Amino acid sequence: MTAYTLRGRREARRFHLFTTPWMIGFVLFSGGPIVASLVISFTNWELLASPHWVGLQNYRQLWHDPDFWLAVKNTVYFGAGSALFGVAFNFVLALMLNLKVHGQAIFRTIIYLPSVLTGIATALLWINILHPDYGLINYVLGLVGIQGPGWLVDEHWAIPGLIIMSVWSAGNAVIIFLAGLQGVPQSLYEAAEIDGAGWWGRFRHVTVPMMSPIIFFNMIVGFIGSLQAFTLVLFMTDGGPNNATLVLGLYVYRYAFQYFELGYASTIAWALFSLIIAFTAAQFWLARRWVHYEFK
Amino acid sequence: MALDTLPKGTRPRPKAASHVPRTLTAEQAARIRRIQRFGAYFILVLCSAAFILPLLWMFTTSLKGQASVLEFPPRFIPDEFHWNNYPDAWTAMPFTRFLFNSILVTALSVLGTVVSCILPAYAFARLRARSRGVMFAAMLATMMVPAQVTLVPKFLLFSKLGMVDSYWPLVLPNFFGSALFIFLLRQFFTTIPEELVDSARVDGAGELRILWRIMIPLSMPAIATVMLMSFIHNWGEYLDPLIYLRTTDKYTLPLGIALFRGEHDDQYNLMMAVSMMVLTPIIAVFLAAQKYFIRGITLTGIAGR
Repeated sequence: MTAYTLRGRREARRFHLFTTPWMIGFVLFSGGPIVASLVISFTNWELLASPHWVGLQNYRQLWHDPDFWLAVKNTVYFGAGSALFGVAFNFVLALMLNLKVHGQAIFRTIIYLPSVLTGIATALLWINILHPDYGLINYVLGLVGIQGPGWLVDEHWAIPGLIIMSVWSAGNAVIIFLAGLQGVPQSLYEAAEIDGAGWWGRFRHVTVPMMSPIIFFNMIVGFIGSLQAFTLVLFMTDGGPNNATLVLGLYVYRYAFQYFELGYASTIAWALFSLIIAFTAAQFWLARRWVHYEFK
Repeated sequence: MALDTLPKGTRPRPKAASHVPRTLTAEQAARIRRIQRFGAYFILVLCSAAFILPLLWMFTTSLKGQASVLEFPPRFIPDEFHWNNYPDAWTAMPFTRFLFNSILVTALSVLGTVVSCILPAYAFARLRARSRGVMFAAMLATMMVPAQVTLVPKFLLFSKLGMVDSYWPLVLPNFFGSALFIFLLRQFFTTIPEELVDSARVDGAGELRILWRIMIPLSMPAIATVMLMSFIHNWGEYLDPLIYLRTTDKYTLPLGIALFRGEHDDQYNLMMAVSMMVLTPIIAVFLAAQKYFIRGITLTGIAGR
């Protein structure tokens, strides 16, 4: 017994030794800064001056800040739009691919490829594609006789334009859905067929319940990602036109690195974090109604 | 189990079984299947076209002359190919310099990520300790916190350390583990049979030896995945360089592109030439190593089941 606990203690020591790099990183670059950010959000701190404690004042200011509420609206619009469209689109494509079509690998590669092309070069491409006069989308719409909208320059079309770009660059989820679909036991479909279920019945009562945990997981990840997305917005529209694409992440950046008000910037960041937590919690709550787990 | 993997004789009859009332005859079912398949092809071809067209557009636009870029309505294929757009765009900015900066930052970041993620991933996968559960939960929790929350404190930290306008803020954090990649490697490590590790232990091998001789060689695919994902991420990173780099000489490619866009507002042909030059290496890497990307997705993404 002593030998066992001795070994156990040695193993625990190894564990702590091996996780040291991550622990240092946690203290310096993630966990530590998270706590620091919360503290800073209760201060008034202009970059070159020293901070002083103001209690809840920043949060009161936030509550009465119309630009903040506009940013919340834009964030939810863009976040929900790209997460829901992304998941629905990828799921439908995966269903099609799962019909054992010829050229499955080619379709998959084409749909997956844009998702690795992240960053500014792609944003530059989309500035061109969404251009009202010289862009690809309005060119294609023009071919079928539709006068395309002003996309990134029109207040009403700026966020839909960004959502299109975001769906284009989220095709990697198709891989997850396809792997999931291939893991649904064939016997369930056979049993459903014997019970007289048509293709819709099999989809409704086998595919959807069996896939619901994966759909749910992708919704969670999709919302967390798209609610905080802002670097491409910063580059493409800088929040314009007329703050129509001002999302919360961008609002944080503005206060931190353009107005240099670190306290208020941190307050907005925590509001964003709360929004993400609220959306995640709401989805977990809704999940009880529709997500089916095989093993409870 | 796919039906067609069964030997011929044991395959269940797809035809209507006599003891169950069926709503469809086999013929009708086959017709529905044909229609479905046709519909699937139609949608897939349409969507693939929508996904590939922007990239083709990028290529053809990069070859247009200045006049035909601002032509309305635009043309997909230019009447003249201006190949010199490429050298023109590349030399309009010190892009060669930016390229080398990007290579330096990305190479160091990828190296740091791999080196610093393997040990914690192994510990989380195979070593037992009382605080393991709590630490693992804390690590996963940090993945949910938006980057904006840590933006300001990290900036304050690096300015206190006098590291603004250097590559340290871009490279250093990568040497202290990334939650996503530790998680990914840990998932892979747990799939390696316990017996292999145990028998090595019986033979007197220490943890480092087990890691070096068994875990790492068997995990090369997962490590390659981490390297690729880290490469893509750092190569395209825009925000950190924007915040920390001040001197144009130190700019990485994404900052160079932003600078270029500011100075060549309407020259979409040159912009697309730049995009082409930055994205083509990534497209090539992706096409050559697609299976590693797919593994990365399935290792982290299938967790819902």
